[in-house]
Amino acid sequence: MLFRQTSAEFLKLWRVPAFSATSLLLPVVFYAFIGIGQASQRLQGTHVTFGAYFLASMAVYAVANVMIFSFGIAVANERGMKMDLLMRATPLPPLVYLLSRCITAIVFAALTLVVLFPFAYIAGGVRLDGSEWFTLAYRVLLGSIPFIALGFAIGYLAGPNSAVAVINLIYLPTAFASGLFFPKQLLPQIIQNVSPYLPLYRFGQLGWDAIGAPTSESVTTDWLYLAGYGIAFFAIALWAYRREESRKFS
Amino acid sequence: MPPAAELVDATKKYGDVDALRGVTIRVELGEVVAMLGPNGAGKTTSISLLLGLRKPTSGKALLFGLDPTNLDARSRVGVMLQESGVPAMLKVREIVDLFRSYYPKPMPREAAIATAGLEEKANALVKELSGGQRQRLYFALAVCGDPDVLFLDEPTVGMDVEGRRSFIERIAGFARSGRTVVLTTHYLEEADQLAERVIVIDRGLVIADAPPAEIKSRVAGKRVRFSAPALTEKDLEGLPVTAVTIDNHSIQLLTNQPESVLRELFRRGVEISDLEVAGADLEDAFIAITSH
Repeated sequence: MLFRQTSAEFLKLWRVPAFSATSLLLPVVFYAFIGIGQASQRLQGTHVTFGAYFLASMAVYAVANVMIFSFGIAVANERGMKMDLLMRATPLPPLVYLLSRCITAIVFAALTLVVLFPFAYIAGGVRLDGSEWFTLAYRVLLGSIPFIALGFAIGYLAGPNSAVAVINLIYLPTAFASGLFFPKQLLPQIIQNVSPYLPLYRFGQLGWDAIGAPTSESVTTDWLYLAGYGIAFFAIALWAYRREESRKFS
Repeated sequence: MPPAAELVDATKKYGDVDALRGVTIRVELGEVVAMLGPNGAGKTTSISLLLGLRKPTSGKALLFGLDPTNLDARSRVGVMLQESGVPAMLKVREIVDLFRSYYPKPMPREAAIATAGLEEKANALVKELSGGQRQRLYFALAVCGDPDVLFLDEPTVGMDVEGRRSFIERIAGFARSGRTVVLTTHYLEEADQLAERVIVIDRGLVIADAPPAEIKSRVAGKRVRFSAPALTEKDLEGLPVTAVTIDNHSIQLLTNQPESVLRELFRRGVEISDLEVAGADLEDAFIAITSH
């Protein structure tokens, strides 16, 4: 049952090019435009190349993107098309449903890395230790969990047609403000003051630290921040879910 | 053995609206029951309670004697709902396989697809199906778990006459294998063709619960139909009729004394044409029972 549900969830996402193509290819395109040109330059005072630094940025961007969009849009769509109604009348345990969604999103997120890592290796000439590749991969996958909850929350709060717009409005600007596209130092001062409190910034720090780039605080601090955001997003998602429940199914 | 499905004095309020006002229904295993009623009568609400999609405000809803949200109870039930969607980007056979995986002893995939007559569309994406085909897909999803009880909420809505006829035949075929079927409809002929028992619901109450023949016999009498462009309401006053339906210039009366009705109409000098007198059918009975 879990396998069937997961493969169905995967196909549902895979067959929507607006999702699968943008989430798999967009990070690579950004990497080509921004990362490759100065890939071999070293960050000031370190041995870390910009190519490696920007790879970490894009890995974070790509994985968080998959989490927010796959959950946000799936939930919003389901509500819009009343798929939840029929599913609810079946003997499918809700936990299996939720689990299949999570597995699908993690598989998708891993796929984005499978595309992005070799691209950075070949086109960007990024050379990392085996342990650095591994650390980067597992940190971005594990650190993306709060964004699952955020996706859920938006899916339940936004209307089916506005979910994409809402997510873009939130996600793109915060990705910029968190320094995922340009190093934080190049951003206006006012945004630099805000960025340490953005979940994507904390997530980014985990990625940058994984490839040896200097970060402003310890990795533990970043994990704690992310855990805090995760709990907050989860609470909002749960509240929104309950609200929906009492409205539609009581 | 507990009944397949049961509502015990169930009420349901949506805000200030009383959707159900104390409904008791008992469906035994093997029965084919039609719930009949005008729009907004409470049919869909009754089904929602029986499926655990909604909770009764008071009273009880039970499936096989269990709470309807119980997964063991649900695994014996197949459902076709009004206005429910399925993922557009899955193929017919994929989604049938998906739903089969929810049930402990499902039908073979091909059998489920064939039961719904979708063999030629097995590899089509759901979004490529026509309205009628989509309705048949919902039927395939409802039967694919080989359920003991099938709930069908307005299964033929939006189908053309031919589609509806063959669909009714599919449901009847499934019912013949000894399964329990509970369907809601506002097409009386469907209830008449399929069901052994008709439950008439109106304004949140059960107003009749009997075999179709018995419901028909409640309107022992005749249906008189004619056109009368110049007819006024006054012309019908005091006639021995049980129900009156006026649709434009076409008038339909239900009566036990068609001769006296016609004699009186002629005496009053009403100009009538296209006169037709026939035995009342279930539709007439329905109108007579629910006429407000």
